[in-house]
Amino acid sequence: MAKRIDVSDLNIYYGNFLAVENVNVSIEPRSITALIGPSGCGKSTFLRSINRMHEVVPGGRVEGKIVMDGQDLYGADVDPVDVRRQIGMVFQRPNPFPTMSIYENVAAGIRLNNKKMRKSDLDDLVERSLRGANLWNEVKDRLNRPGAGLSGGQQQRLCIARAIAVEPDVLLMDEPASALDPISTLAIEDLMADLKERFTIVIVTHNMQQAARVSEQTGFFNLSGVGQPGRLIEFNPTEKIFSNPDQKATEDYISGRFG
Amino acid sequence: MTQTSTAPAPPGSSAPAPRRGERTRRLPTWAPWAAFLGVAAVVGALWPVLDLNAALFVLYTVVLGTLAVYLLTRAVEGSRRATDRLVTCLVVSAFGLAMVPLVSLVWEVVSRGAARLDGEFFTSSLVGIVGEGGGAYHAIMGTLIITALTTLLSVPIGLMTAIFLVEYARGRLKRAITFLVDVMTGIPSIVAGLFAYALFAIFLGPGIRLGVMGAVALSVLMIPVVVRSAEEVLKLVPNELREASYALGVPKWRTIVKVVIPTSIAGLGTGVTLAIARVVGETAPLLITLGITNATNLDAFDGRMATLPVYAYYQLTQPGVPPQFATDRAWTAALVLIILVMGLNVVARLISRFFAPKTGR
Repeated sequence: MAKRIDVSDLNIYYGNFLAVENVNVSIEPRSITALIGPSGCGKSTFLRSINRMHEVVPGGRVEGKIVMDGQDLYGADVDPVDVRRQIGMVFQRPNPFPTMSIYENVAAGIRLNNKKMRKSDLDDLVERSLRGANLWNEVKDRLNRPGAGLSGGQQQRLCIARAIAVEPDVLLMDEPASALDPISTLAIEDLMADLKERFTIVIVTHNMQQAARVSEQTGFFNLSGVGQPGRLIEFNPTEKIFSNPDQKATEDYISGRFG
Repeated sequence: MTQTSTAPAPPGSSAPAPRRGERTRRLPTWAPWAAFLGVAAVVGALWPVLDLNAALFVLYTVVLGTLAVYLLTRAVEGSRRATDRLVTCLVVSAFGLAMVPLVSLVWEVVSRGAARLDGEFFTSSLVGIVGEGGGAYHAIMGTLIITALTTLLSVPIGLMTAIFLVEYARGRLKRAITFLVDVMTGIPSIVAGLFAYALFAIFLGPGIRLGVMGAVALSVLMIPVVVRSAEEVLKLVPNELREASYALGVPKWRTIVKVVIPTSIAGLGTGVTLAIARVVGETAPLLITLGITNATNLDAFDGRMATLPVYAYYQLTQPGVPPQFATDRAWTAALVLIILVMGLNVVARLISRFFAPKTGR
């Protein structure tokens, strides 16, 4: 549970296009790491390369190393499917499976992987995950209703429940609250504060207040121009980034003089 | 009408204050209908003078009625509403025009085919029938068997091709397959029949007639239709669902089987059913590959079989003497074929309704 991730000399490509250049960073376990930066600077691309979702895109490939507690995620003998089982992901838009009920959505990670589990154990797991996502009280009476019938905020928490039900070590969140209203956003942020006891969390966000509120570490991505690769400009404790950043570009971005 | 005036309307008056610059006179809602009726009456009165028939009467009424409505509205309500009415008339006329062949076809087939739509038609074959009586039991069963075989051949091939195209194929290979499928869609059905005949003639000698040959010929026609419709439906599955599944550590093939296909099952079912409806009435390839027979043959791997379209063709072209009875049977066969196709369309609609993902708030 909750593993440390070390990234070294990471270059991320779409075909021949270098999208993100030379990322070196260490992500601490049991903490929230926020990634901020202007649109198109490669935050999401970097996030997706951590659980090898980047290579799902045609032409997507990666050079460099990502090591999770000593295990090289891009080693020759590593199956990307195994990596994704250890590193869960929550997407920008809530995407519950439309053919499945709330219960089946949470159990999807088990059921789709054909793992055998006793019904009572599965019930426990679903309840535990929904409680973990702060959704249990709202849906416990209608577990067999379609997941797509929930509100947007509830759907996003359902997706979080689905991600934590497979008990990953790391949870990646790609702008998880950007499609939600302030109340649902608050619910998700509270939830992240609980979840960081058990998981390593990396979150991409456009909302700097959100980064300042929830995270311990913050990374600032930027790109020098259109068609140029994105770079990790600065990676520091959140407090330092928002009060006294090392780089001028970071300060400009945070104070709104840029981008 | 909407209340747009700023001043409060005086109590008891329901009409809103007129706005400046807009004509407020309105025709009553029955006025266009009345205009059409009036034109119809005038044209009807001129019937003997102009030596009309029913089609010309409708034509004159529609054209002149549209003109009358347009001019009347233009005089009373202004040009914008007149244009609106004119376009409404044109759209409705176009719809009516499109319905003419459909209604006339159904009317013709039903009125001529209803005579022999009896129990005997569905229970007996043509063995020993000269003249009156007889039925199409052998042809109906033949059509069902051949269609079932065709579906069995085409659906797995078509679905898997579509899945390959949408989920796996990239670049040049994908373009090549898509192009070939498009070419296949345009193959004339007689060519498909000749292909199947030539294929089986290689192994079983010339003059061979088998049910399975017909199924192969129809598959050549059905596969591209299934591929095309399934491809479109699979493309509609949001990529986010695939990514959600991958992110749970589900392998690609399992994602396709357990997420992509269940999500699109309604559309796939509809596409397959409509593809079946497309080939069930094919005549030319079955003429070559199945031939015709008067007896009931339910074995697709042994000799000639009858099917409804070929049955109708032979009843009509080789009716015997007197021709009336065979002609009646041909029309009834056509009617049964239409009922079959309509039934399949209903099935397609039911499939898409029952299997569609439910949101159920």
